Amino acid sequence: MSLLIIPLIVIVGLALWVVMKYNGLVTLRNQVQNGWKQIDVQLKRRHDLIPNLVSTVKGAMEFEQDTLEKVINARNAAVSAQGVADVAAKEGELTGALSRLFALAENYPTLKSNDNVKQLQEELSSTENKISFARQFYNDIATRFNTAQQVFPGNIIAGMFNFTATELFEIQDEIERIVPKVDLSLKK
Amino acid sequence: MQVRNLYEQQASNKRNTILVMVVFVLFLSFLGFGTDTFLLQAGFPFATLIALSLGFGSSVWSLNSGAQAVLRASDAQAIAPGDPRYQQLLNVVEEVSIASGLPRPQVHVIPDLDPNAFATGKDPEHAHLAVTEGLLAQLNREELQGVVAHEIGHIKNYDIRMMTVVAALIGAVMLLSQVGIRSSMYGGTRRRSSDRSGGSGNALVFVLWIIAMIFAPIISQILAMAVSRQREYLADASGAELTRNPGALASALEKIDAAVEPTRSIKKGVAHLCIADPLGRSLNAREGTFSDLFATHPPIKKRIAILRGMAYKN
Repeated sequence: MSLLIIPLIVIVGLALWVVMKYNGLVTLRNQVQNGWKQIDVQLKRRHDLIPNLVSTVKGAMEFEQDTLEKVINARNAAVSAQGVADVAAKEGELTGALSRLFALAENYPTLKSNDNVKQLQEELSSTENKISFARQFYNDIATRFNTAQQVFPGNIIAGMFNFTATELFEIQDEIERIVPKVDLSLKK
Repeated sequence: MQVRNLYEQQASNKRNTILVMVVFVLFLSFLGFGTDTFLLQAGFPFATLIALSLGFGSSVWSLNSGAQAVLRASDAQAIAPGDPRYQQLLNVVEEVSIASGLPRPQVHVIPDLDPNAFATGKDPEHAHLAVTEGLLAQLNREELQGVVAHEIGHIKNYDIRMMTVVAALIGAVMLLSQVGIRSSMYGGTRRRSSDRSGGSGNALVFVLWIIAMIFAPIISQILAMAVSRQREYLADASGAELTRNPGALASALEKIDAAVEPTRSIKKGVAHLCIADPLGRSLNAREGTFSDLFATHPPIKKRIAILRGMAYKN
């Protein structure tokens, strides 16, 4: 009798362990998906704020038409981007265009003292922060998900149930590292 | 002082918390064991179990009703989402919540000109975060973010619950020491004479137990404050992990330190959840043996130095 009980305990224990590991991986996968959606929410917010910003500063910044146009174009490209790598690249370009716009706006005292602009600037810088925090959270949780799939013995469970490693949201270094060029001469 | 990155700092604070809690539980068990053997002469730990269940009962009750009481007592006003006067504060809280992956806590503002902040609530789903008007007026955006991240760090680390467990242990210790000292006064001689038969080893334990009972209130206070200070360091490190900007919290602490006024609106009971001791007690400011024992918060200068070290290492 007792000889039968021991393998039974081992099998039940093993089954429980597989269930726990599997559930842990599913939970992480859902958190990763949720993290990605959070980035999406914040990116959409940024896309919605930009036309507002451009129309507010347009009057005062008429000499900077090409900067404003670059922001609009970068925004439109970002809205239609698909997939992790593409979204990361296009959003990186938009971040660059926006920071150039803000650097230029510093030259316009009327803009700096405008309450509307101040409010929009606070909203946009908050959104920039939210995007980078959402990205940071996504990368942290995605790294945990990938690690859980790669370490032994989690890799056995991950292989059994076809879990796949997820992409991290990487910053396009070349674009983010560009220092905004501020042209102080007034354009004709 | 050793320079640690924020992960090493967090690991060290968690280890220290566990160590102090183990000492606390052992101390309580010794008091209970003494009460059970010398006073009740029971083979079953009645006194320990009764003290523990009373301590935990009152703490669970205070955990559930505590947040509202604390907010009312400190005159905190709830801020509606989208309130234009507090746009930046609401934005900052939402940013840090996103970084932590926790739901956004209910935001409150305290009409007090001294810069301070605290968090309360039994778990992250029922969390509240309160800041004073003075904090909003004196800190810039990044520093505010650092302070909010420290408070969300408290929420994330379940420090409200941790300090409730500590309060429960203190309650149990106090109960044992009160009951123990009183009944030894009235019926001590009769019971002690029957103990003598146990031999000299037993007598030594008895003397140790009496000493422990007398100093129990002080010892439990020292242990509780040790836990509180570890949780402060941990919240600093957790906040730094959320914003990846320990320097901003360090400069916020410098500004808070420079404001010498005590925060009158915040009562003593929530001191351990504040960014800095609201009572402005001088013992939190000094480094030394005495202040190390009884302060709710570590010395601000030391916290700043650790945060600056993290900024340097990362």
